[in-house]
Amino acid sequence: MWSIISVLVENKPGVLFKITNLFRSRNYNIDSISVGITENPEVSRMTITTEADEKQLSQIIKQLDKLIDTLEVKLLDEKKSVYRELVMMKLKVSKPTDIKEITDLANAFKCDVHDVRKSSIIIEITATPDRVSALVDLVKGYGILEMARTGICALARGGYENEG
Amino acid sequence: MEKISGARSLMIALEKEGVEIAFGLPGGANLPIYDELYKSNIRHVLVRHEQSASHMADGFGRVSRRPGVCFATSGPGATNIVTGIATAQADSAPMVAITGQVPSKMIGRDAFQESDIIGITNPIVKYAFQPMSPNEVPEVVKKAFYIASTGRPGPVLIDIPKDVQQNEAEVHFPSEVKIRGYHPWVDPDVIQIERATDMLLSAERPIILAGGGVIISSAFAELQSIAELLMIPVVTTFKGKGSFPENHPLSLGPIGMHGHAEANKMMTEADCVLACGSRFSDRSVGTFEEFERNLKIIHMDVDPAEIGKNQTTNVAVVGDVKTSLRIMVKMLIQKAIKRNGENAWAKRVKETKDYYRENLKIHPHPLAASKVLKKLREVLPAQSIVTTEVGQHQMWASLFFDVIHPGTFFSSTGLGTMGWGFPAAIGAKAAKPDVPVLDIAGEGSFNMTENSLAVSVLEDLPVIVFLLNNFTLGMVAQWQRTFYDRRMIGVDLKNCPDYVKVAEAYGAQGIRATTLDEIGKAVQTAIKSNVATVIDIPIDPQEDVLPFVAPGTSLKDMILPS
Repeated sequence: MWSIISVLVENKPGVLFKITNLFRSRNYNIDSISVGITENPEVSRMTITTEADEKQLSQIIKQLDKLIDTLEVKLLDEKKSVYRELVMMKLKVSKPTDIKEITDLANAFKCDVHDVRKSSIIIEITATPDRVSALVDLVKGYGILEMARTGICALARGGYENEG
Repeated sequence: MEKISGARSLMIALEKEGVEIAFGLPGGANLPIYDELYKSNIRHVLVRHEQSASHMADGFGRVSRRPGVCFATSGPGATNIVTGIATAQADSAPMVAITGQVPSKMIGRDAFQESDIIGITNPIVKYAFQPMSPNEVPEVVKKAFYIASTGRPGPVLIDIPKDVQQNEAEVHFPSEVKIRGYHPWVDPDVIQIERATDMLLSAERPIILAGGGVIISSAFAELQSIAELLMIPVVTTFKGKGSFPENHPLSLGPIGMHGHAEANKMMTEADCVLACGSRFSDRSVGTFEEFERNLKIIHMDVDPAEIGKNQTTNVAVVGDVKTSLRIMVKMLIQKAIKRNGENAWAKRVKETKDYYRENLKIHPHPLAASKVLKKLREVLPAQSIVTTEVGQHQMWASLFFDVIHPGTFFSSTGLGTMGWGFPAAIGAKAAKPDVPVLDIAGEGSFNMTENSLAVSVLEDLPVIVFLLNNFTLGMVAQWQRTFYDRRMIGVDLKNCPDYVKVAEAYGAQGIRATTLDEIGKAVQTAIKSNVATVIDIPIDPQEDVLPFVAPGTSLKDMILPS
């Protein structure tokens, strides 16, 4: 079961290591992780996505909660949260018509287009993982030269902050 | 405000925490700390290897229930205490380990005797601090003791760069600290306790499983009240051994890989278990799936992460075990529930206990482990503290040495650290100098920290090493006999060294005892003379520890002596 865990942590050195080391030492899996400070500079938010069964997920949450440097650990419900990932892909341009085709696709997916060159083009999408996958499927025929993804970033929807 | 050094503020902060004794060994990166130790009232016990310092602090902590303190220098000094920290973590023992670190400007440059001890110990500490300026030190110490001793206790590391020890600053000593991400105790949910009580009362074949949490929270009286009010038999985990008097009619002893036959048998026949402060270790319960089959599980634990970790729970009570049990006792008294134990289950329990106690075959050797340990129980005063090493002797102690006074038996049960028992006994002696302290040992384990004899002798912390000497790494030998078709390798210690001479070389008393009578007298001599003593008892290298629940099997597959 793919799940999104939102964790507020003390913003200090070594905390990211403790979180990732917990996953490693207990044999859990990190699918993606994104970290950044919040409106309070002393606190960072980590958004972790993981593939785990129900029992394992409950353990992950309890073990994260047990860490002294975590302030809040929540399992986000996909339907009651907004979650997005920023992905950049550098695509191969083999013939001049590729640029037009890729740009059209990008527009359809509300992507930004950057760095248009004779032999490559960078597109940037911010979307849910499903939409990202759909786009990846459509563009991989051109040849994906490089890819970078931020991992999921998420917030509970208004009114659902205290769930999970 | 006067400026003082980081090392000085460390010592003041430790004194404020009531620290009177610390175990350690100095080196380049912690000399400023030692220079302040020289001026302080804290007693320093010089060890011969840092690992032993950490085990002494652990033993001190378990017995006194206050964090034991150990010191080591940077690099190898710090890495030498890693095993001791891991042992304390596995058994939830309160400890504060203080290491020197290379100067802050040298960190990350692969300096001489630099090791990233914060990184190395991350998965095995409850928390770790590295103060980067002297004025952080008092708060760090306060937090370290608070974290180590509250909730589920554990080891905390303070790693102090040498310049932080030396530099001076205006420091403030806080009288209390708050850690916003740490909530060591939650009040147990009364409704859950009510549900637990109802479940226990409606069970046909209830049993209590007492774990180490009962000892840590000192819930002995509460546990005994519930057992006696409801006439429920009590089994323990190995770590919980001695949480319930083992001469009590309701006591069945430890369950597990080398649990008592009657305990394992009754555990598999029970329909409802009240597990108090137990983490359902694989060594205690065998295969998790089989253990919980047809069993309702009530789980009380201070650590919410233990609920559902290994076993599926029907009712969970998160909170201090003593508090939870006390609420349950009150409920039972209010409802005027008292049972007389005249039912089919109680009868079955008594029959099973009597059967196994009378019919289990005893190893045919004049110094069979059971005879030797029963002799020890006869002559050792009940309030004595007993530790063990790790191996066959440890499991024999579990099987044949009854703990009468709750909370007088300690062992490295989680990590299974050979060499733990002797230094831990020295730490225990420092915590309770007025009672005899004895380490039930095997020679393979004793070898690992035997240089602590110097400490026991010179520091006037006399303990008795009760050495069941089978000239073999006995437990490994047993597994090679059982699972590897007797292909014996790496187990024969060839009767080396002579432990009487080893003891004497350190200025301790060495006694070889070859009959039960001599063993009894040797223990009495050791207690009376009150000097460090090694009692070397040659036993049969062929004796196996039985019963045995083989790894990966369930309690019902227990192998009995034949």
